[in-house]
Amino acid sequence: MKKKNWYLTIGGILSACMLALIAAGFFWTPYVPSAMSAGDRNAPPSLRHLFGCDAFGRDVFSRTLEGAGSTLAIALAVLAVGAVCGLAVGALCGYYGGAADALVMRLCDAVAAFPSVLLAMVVLALTGPGKYNVIGALGVLFIPSFARLVRGEFLKYRDRDFVQSARLAGVSAPRIIFVHILPNTWPVLLSGLTIGFNNAVLAEASMSYLGIGVSAQEPSLGYMLKDAQGYFFTLPWCTAFPGLVVILLILGVGLLGEGIREQMGVAS
Amino acid sequence: MMLDIRDLSVVFTDRGAPFTAVDKFSLQMDRGEIVGIVGESGSGKSMTAHALMGLIRRSQVAVSGSAVFEGTDLLPLSRAELRKVQGRDLSIIFQEPMTSLNPTMRVGKQVEEALRIHETLSRAERRAKALDAMALAGLPDPETVYRQYPHQLSGGMRQRAMIASALVLRPRLLIADEPTTALDVTIQAQILETLKDINRGEGTAILFISHDLGVVRALCQRVVVMRRGRIVESGPVDEVFFRPKEDYTRLLIASRPKREKLRGGGNSG
Repeated sequence: MKKKNWYLTIGGILSACMLALIAAGFFWTPYVPSAMSAGDRNAPPSLRHLFGCDAFGRDVFSRTLEGAGSTLAIALAVLAVGAVCGLAVGALCGYYGGAADALVMRLCDAVAAFPSVLLAMVVLALTGPGKYNVIGALGVLFIPSFARLVRGEFLKYRDRDFVQSARLAGVSAPRIIFVHILPNTWPVLLSGLTIGFNNAVLAEASMSYLGIGVSAQEPSLGYMLKDAQGYFFTLPWCTAFPGLVVILLILGVGLLGEGIREQMGVAS
Repeated sequence: MMLDIRDLSVVFTDRGAPFTAVDKFSLQMDRGEIVGIVGESGSGKSMTAHALMGLIRRSQVAVSGSAVFEGTDLLPLSRAELRKVQGRDLSIIFQEPMTSLNPTMRVGKQVEEALRIHETLSRAERRAKALDAMALAGLPDPETVYRQYPHQLSGGMRQRAMIASALVLRPRLLIADEPTTALDVTIQAQILETLKDINRGEGTAILFISHDLGVVRALCQRVVVMRRGRIVESGPVDEVFFRPKEDYTRLLIASRPKREKLRGGGNSG
């Protein structure tokens, strides 16, 4: 009856490998990512340069590691902002309901009606590019989806018998929200987090690709893709490898989320 | 008198024509008494209990009348005021043992929850009181169950855990809303025995709500028969059973499966 959860296994291994590689990149890269070397200009992938070199003779593997690191950091920060605020908003709305809930949810609908990258572009056009502005803009735009997810879960649990009996025993509302209901929402929240993470990676990559994301001093994967697109046919490794890393990272985390959902028996 | 309910009415006003779920319900209970409320589904028996416990959303429902418990009328109290009385002196056991325990909390922690609110005790004292209540509710090996999660317990054990958490503050009145309906018959009988023991040992009054006349007869001293929100008949349990005054009560009694019938029906065993 118990079927092996391949999503969880493959997703777990893949994301663990990617995260380990990226984490290692924070401490060590084979070459200094920004160091140019005239002799290695346009070098194709080889044992010396695993992912080859770009037009300035910079090692693409080192740059990809660094870029993935900043993409990951930004995605996690966006996720943290969106999930924490979304959790608070969703929990309060779902638990208390009423007019405030209706108002906040319509506000969320309004925000969610625009594509988040488009809205983030507008925000960045006003504030200017940069890592923290990207995190702020995307983070705020990620709030509605989390709020809605969490609100749905709280609506589901707030009138359950065990919550009623806690209430009857005189348990305070914050304690009911955090101790009695929140742990029950974990399965849904966790798979929501993996989806949110993927969206954050993609959003960051597309914004950097469009040139409104991070600056050249701290290249992210999206920035690298933008940088290398002029050499798409002559130096294909400059675009292929950063793109591949984005794909593998998203695939891994996406499978992991699906696996978690299956494992916890959450209906999709 | 411990509980004096007079003319309790519950009227739903939220959609279209008002619907009267409970109509002028009156009941007096003394300390240590076990009173049953019987009736078919939708007769208003659970609604009565929910009104007492303040479980009805007042925005959609009009509750009128009075329910004086130990000198305080429960009905006009705000939720916060009500909580002070409840848990301490008044608690409830729900029907579904599967949904009334939190799947993500250890059983012991859930039993302790009321103590955490109403008393200032050290961790060890709380634990000791919880274990006492669990033993009182007839849980075998409370020490082990204390550390377990609800999914590790059987239905009957879960219901006992619920009873333990309802009893942990030694309330004067326990409202049991169909506590044995979801359990099979042998477990049901054991739980009823436990409730009786608690009534005898602790002097806890029990308001027992059920659709099952047999269960009510086995447990209660007095019974109230309800239908469509109204009291049809009430009195000492044997009197209502053997000399029912109302046709509806007679019907209700006749609807029970009879032992003779079962015997005659050819038990293949």
